[in-house]
Amino acid sequence: MQLTLWTYEGPPHVGAMRVATAMTDVHYVLHAPQGDTYADLLFTMIERLPRRPPVTYTTFQARDLGGDTAELFKDAARDAHERFKPAAMLVGSSCTAELIQDDPGGLALALNLPIPVVPLELPAYQRKENFGASETIYHLVRALVPAGHSRTALEGRQASCNILGPTALGFRHRDDVKEIRALLEELGIRVNVVAPLNASVADVRRLAEADFNVVLYPELGRTTAQWLERNCDQPFTKTIPYGVKGTLAFIQEVRDLAGLNHSSKSLADYSQDSRAKWYAQSVDSTYLTGKRVFVFGDATHAIAAAQVAHQEMGFEVVGLGTYSREFAREVREAAKLYGLEALITDDYLEVEDAVKALQPELLLGTQMERHIAKRLGVPCTVISAPMHVQDFPARYAPQMGFEGANVLFDTWVHPLMMGLEEHLLGMFREDFEFHDGAAASHLGSGHAAVPQHTPETVSLAPMSSTIVVGNSPQPEASNESSWAPEAEKELKKIPFFVRGKARRNTEIFARERGVSQITVETMYEAKAHFSR
Amino acid sequence: MSPVIPILPEASACASSPAVHTERGQREVFCGLTGIIWLHRKIQDAFFLVVGSRTCAHLIQSAAGVMIFAEPRFGTAIIDERDLAGLADANEELDKVVHKLLTRRPDIRTLFLVGSCPSEVIKLDLSRAAERLSRVHNPAVRVLNYSGSGIETTFTQGEDACLQAMVPVLPSLAPQSPKRLLVVGTLADIVEDQLRRLLNDMGIERVDFFPPRNSTHLPDIGADTVFLLAQPFLADTSVALIARGAQRLPAPFPLGVEGTTAWLQAAASAFGVSAQVFEQVTQAPKQRAMAALARQRPQLEGKKIFFFPDSQLEIPLARFLHRELGMTLGEIGTPYLHRKLMAEELAWLPEGSRITEGQHVENQLDRCHAEAPDLVVCGLGLANPLEAQGLATKWAIELVFTPIQGYEQAPDLAELFCRPLRRRIKLAA
Repeated sequence: MQLTLWTYEGPPHVGAMRVATAMTDVHYVLHAPQGDTYADLLFTMIERLPRRPPVTYTTFQARDLGGDTAELFKDAARDAHERFKPAAMLVGSSCTAELIQDDPGGLALALNLPIPVVPLELPAYQRKENFGASETIYHLVRALVPAGHSRTALEGRQASCNILGPTALGFRHRDDVKEIRALLEELGIRVNVVAPLNASVADVRRLAEADFNVVLYPELGRTTAQWLERNCDQPFTKTIPYGVKGTLAFIQEVRDLAGLNHSSKSLADYSQDSRAKWYAQSVDSTYLTGKRVFVFGDATHAIAAAQVAHQEMGFEVVGLGTYSREFAREVREAAKLYGLEALITDDYLEVEDAVKALQPELLLGTQMERHIAKRLGVPCTVISAPMHVQDFPARYAPQMGFEGANVLFDTWVHPLMMGLEEHLLGMFREDFEFHDGAAASHLGSGHAAVPQHTPETVSLAPMSSTIVVGNSPQPEASNESSWAPEAEKELKKIPFFVRGKARRNTEIFARERGVSQITVETMYEAKAHFSR
Repeated sequence: MSPVIPILPEASACASSPAVHTERGQREVFCGLTGIIWLHRKIQDAFFLVVGSRTCAHLIQSAAGVMIFAEPRFGTAIIDERDLAGLADANEELDKVVHKLLTRRPDIRTLFLVGSCPSEVIKLDLSRAAERLSRVHNPAVRVLNYSGSGIETTFTQGEDACLQAMVPVLPSLAPQSPKRLLVVGTLADIVEDQLRRLLNDMGIERVDFFPPRNSTHLPDIGADTVFLLAQPFLADTSVALIARGAQRLPAPFPLGVEGTTAWLQAAASAFGVSAQVFEQVTQAPKQRAMAALARQRPQLEGKKIFFFPDSQLEIPLARFLHRELGMTLGEIGTPYLHRKLMAEELAWLPEGSRITEGQHVENQLDRCHAEAPDLVVCGLGLANPLEAQGLATKWAIELVFTPIQGYEQAPDLAELFCRPLRRRIKLAA
């Protein structure tokens, strides 16, 4: 039993819903009690889909448990088939139905429906949402892709690929697919099938016709890609087209896979017009150098974002972690590149503690980290699920490809103080308008000031809610060394966005030297000690 | 423990009572765990620990529509495979989780262990666990339990189960005490304050609200208690209070001017308040509310409204919208119809009203489209899809999360229904 306050991922059957909802003609019959229909609102409210997810819930009640819940399931599956006429049906259990062991797979097969029925066994007490989505794609593909394939040799014809992994309720999946499809087509590669997003059952049956697979989200697509590699001789991509460098590496990889390595165009040509690259080089961005950034998210986005932060933005990665335990090894490897120990946890309180201890200047995370950041007064950008209705912007905003790199540049830099403003704040720190609560001028006067340790309410779905929180825990008091009043006063003259760091560095400095009282002198000694 | 989702047999067709159609099938309704979203805010020193699955945790965080990022006063003890395989004694594990929690939150005075579908199915006895943990943590923390599981409770029934669990620990009122009024059901703090003022002004001095804002300030209860339900979904709590000797004052619910007046009148009659005093106290707020409603009426008059089942507030809302704002009533869905508690409301519905108890969402959607109402009240899972199909909708959950009771809130309540219609006109212009 594990105490959980907020969870990064939903249960595995929500992952299966993401696949069913992404597709055009698949229906999911879920053996589940009343209440599990809450998951519909993830799609209709957070993602704002204009249609209901194609899911039928059997809605069993306590009084059914002694009787025939199996019959209830069969009726629901039969009715769903009749009403929705899907081309394939997924059947499975939510956590409660798993306990009553009705075997939806067997029951559905006994109905002899004239369509493929794919049973899903997703262990709800062990695994989570991304695993559920990954397994659902895998079982669907296994059930639908015919054995054997008859591709001719690549020479002399256009290469083709599939894009595997994008689902409903994915972080910018909709826009990433558009961006990467355009990139592949520009390279002269035909996109055979995108799955599961907007795919039909007939599309999935054609997967084996492609020469290789592009896996944008390994958490969701890798298991399937590995199966297709073994059974249909389809290699798959390992690089993630995230950031300019990531996109170039991806181009290199797909050119190899598509037999296009003799192309006259050099790799560097592709990024020639990248605004992200030029903006990062422009003198205005100098102030970004060495900004301390903490990265947390699903494994794919966290690893890729750390790489961009380090290589393309010139930040210093001071923390890297993920809630995707399945990919802990990859994240640990990546963390080593920055001399870090990866934080592998699905407990947001641990993440919050790590952020508090490290005092980063920018937090790249999920909606959970956005809240942590707000509470601690640290600028933050969301780079990964779990999401908020705001993470489904109306505009085109991919994270991948060259346009994705532009979006990353804008959205990561935007929450920070801009270069000259930062200097002015540093110089005239007693200006009455430069108080702690004043937001950066480019964020607009209407923007909330840094709401340090104040109660807050944030809407996940766009509804009005009057719930207000009290009792925010205060930040931990500094230990051991105490601050002399005049040093405390001097500290307040430091602009608030670097004050946390200054306080932390000074305290570390004092602790290491066994200084019990921090004076103004200690502060400046520490400053000299830590200055880069 | 609350009973199985009770579905009464087909209505006996009495000439004046509305037709009630009962159906079952897929329900597009939350389970009782969802009540934690407002209960944990109302009772400020209570913590709600769901003993359930990741689905339960995900439900509460998603259904709330809010991520409240101070540490919330609710959480989930997620059952894992070790608990199921019997490798770990689930009770021992639960004790550990509770210990950890109470260490983190020394400010908590009442801990609710909330049963879920999985905990009910594996028959984890939370009442025994609550007794055991109460002994361990006594006197600092009282541990209670109730079930908010979807196999037993629908949405607001979770509050009913929670309050029912609190009834046995209410202190006893000394015999022969002066008569006192208990208002039962979670209300917004501002609504409580308004109602208390009105009741006090009439000379009813001893008024308690249940649930209380603080779990250590429990109202005394006994034979001299009379109670008024402020919410329609409190059938089991009502039974439990009556078993403690309290007497229920039958009344409609305090929605709209009429409902609020009749509700206050029930209290006034029980306490022997004169008609003159009653009139004097209620006149000004009543006039204010009626004037505001008169301005809103043209927006809603003659418009047809269709209710999907959600919170059991549907019938009182339909009554208000029809009688005070002139709306035409289409199907009125309710998850559960308690005829006795709803008697006054049912009597106020117009001839020929159609009530559906329970739900078969697909059939109900078909009926909704066939009826082509001007406004649909439904849950979050249905709202955007219906909007996309051209129907104006009002999220039912907002009716639970917004102060809507009493005179001063009557125009706010009407506004919740006006706004979607006005918005469509604006966007179409």
